[in-house]
Amino acid sequence: MTGDFALWVYLSRTPLLWLTVTLMVYAVADRIATATNRHPLANPVVVAIILMACVLKLTGTPYPTYFEGAQFVHFLLGPATVALAIPLYEYRATVIRSLAPMLAALVVGSVVALISAITLGSAFGIPHDVIVALVPKSVTTGVAMGIAQNLGGDPTLAAVLVMLTGMTGGILVTPLMNLLRIRDMRARGFAAGLAAHGVGTARAFQVNEVAGAFAGIALGLNAFITAILAPLAVTFLR
Amino acid sequence: MIVSFTLILLAQLVGEAMAKASGLPVPGPVVGMALLLLFLVLRDRAPRRAERILPPPLVDGNLERSGKGLLANLSLMFIPAGAGIVGRLDVLEAHGVALACVVVVSTLATLTATALTFVAVKRWVAPGDRP
Repeated sequence: MTGDFALWVYLSRTPLLWLTVTLMVYAVADRIATATNRHPLANPVVVAIILMACVLKLTGTPYPTYFEGAQFVHFLLGPATVALAIPLYEYRATVIRSLAPMLAALVVGSVVALISAITLGSAFGIPHDVIVALVPKSVTTGVAMGIAQNLGGDPTLAAVLVMLTGMTGGILVTPLMNLLRIRDMRARGFAAGLAAHGVGTARAFQVNEVAGAFAGIALGLNAFITAILAPLAVTFLR
Repeated sequence: MIVSFTLILLAQLVGEAMAKASGLPVPGPVVGMALLLLFLVLRDRAPRRAERILPPPLVDGNLERSGKGLLANLSLMFIPAGAGIVGRLDVLEAHGVALACVVVVSTLATLTATALTFVAVKRWVAPGDRP
């Protein structure tokens, strides 16, 4: 064993290496995003995930080894969700004023998410058990996996589809809202959080704090309402 | 910062416990968000008493700064799970193209329906309301 290789073998086994690499990849992705003036296509979540996957592939690192280090970053998703209360409280007057539009958008949005997934899935000839994993795709990963499992779908497939939906929504939300001439940051943020959960919320916070606050509310409410509506929606499949 | 982070973790911990105990389909951290919101409301109801009892970081704006610091870097936290997903793209197998189409079209439909409903209802209940 050569000296360099021994060092690599030692370092690649400590959480420090992959934690540091994750943070560096994020710094690079964020730098690309700011350099392109936060262009929707340079979405830091998408860029960072692609970069990270390339690094893991090139170094031949097994995912469990990587996760030993990256888990510290992954863990922060929980506290960050709790912290959504802070902008929500700060903009409480705006939120209370928008209660009626929010609830209407919540119901319409979650029903459209469910029904469009089911009807499009059937139209494309996707088998029943795969559609079931597709149904909760707009909901935050943990809840979506639970919903898919309860309906008899594959939770891993559901998690993959959730992440793809998040990245799609994170990229598309800004150009789509510009196209629709929707300038209200509350509506834009709420749509991002409802359709694209945390990844949409991350995008919303980069654009505007009000949008971020509304995205956070939509993320929480949609997890709840989709868990109730998904079993009902799936009955239309048969 | 440590005190602020402790409060956020405490809210999550109690939230997880409540979510588990109730069996409702809500993630623990979302219950934690509601608990932190409740804390902020109660704190500002009696600001003088809060200042006397609570540790300074929870009343002097440190809690707010710490929380916003986390949210500003929300993108970072999706990297570990996202990198794992790339390794599991094999589950898409046979239906890859069809699934990609459904995801894109359904996401566009959901974004459009949500935002248009929001704007329409807002105009209806509060015509003069400008963002």
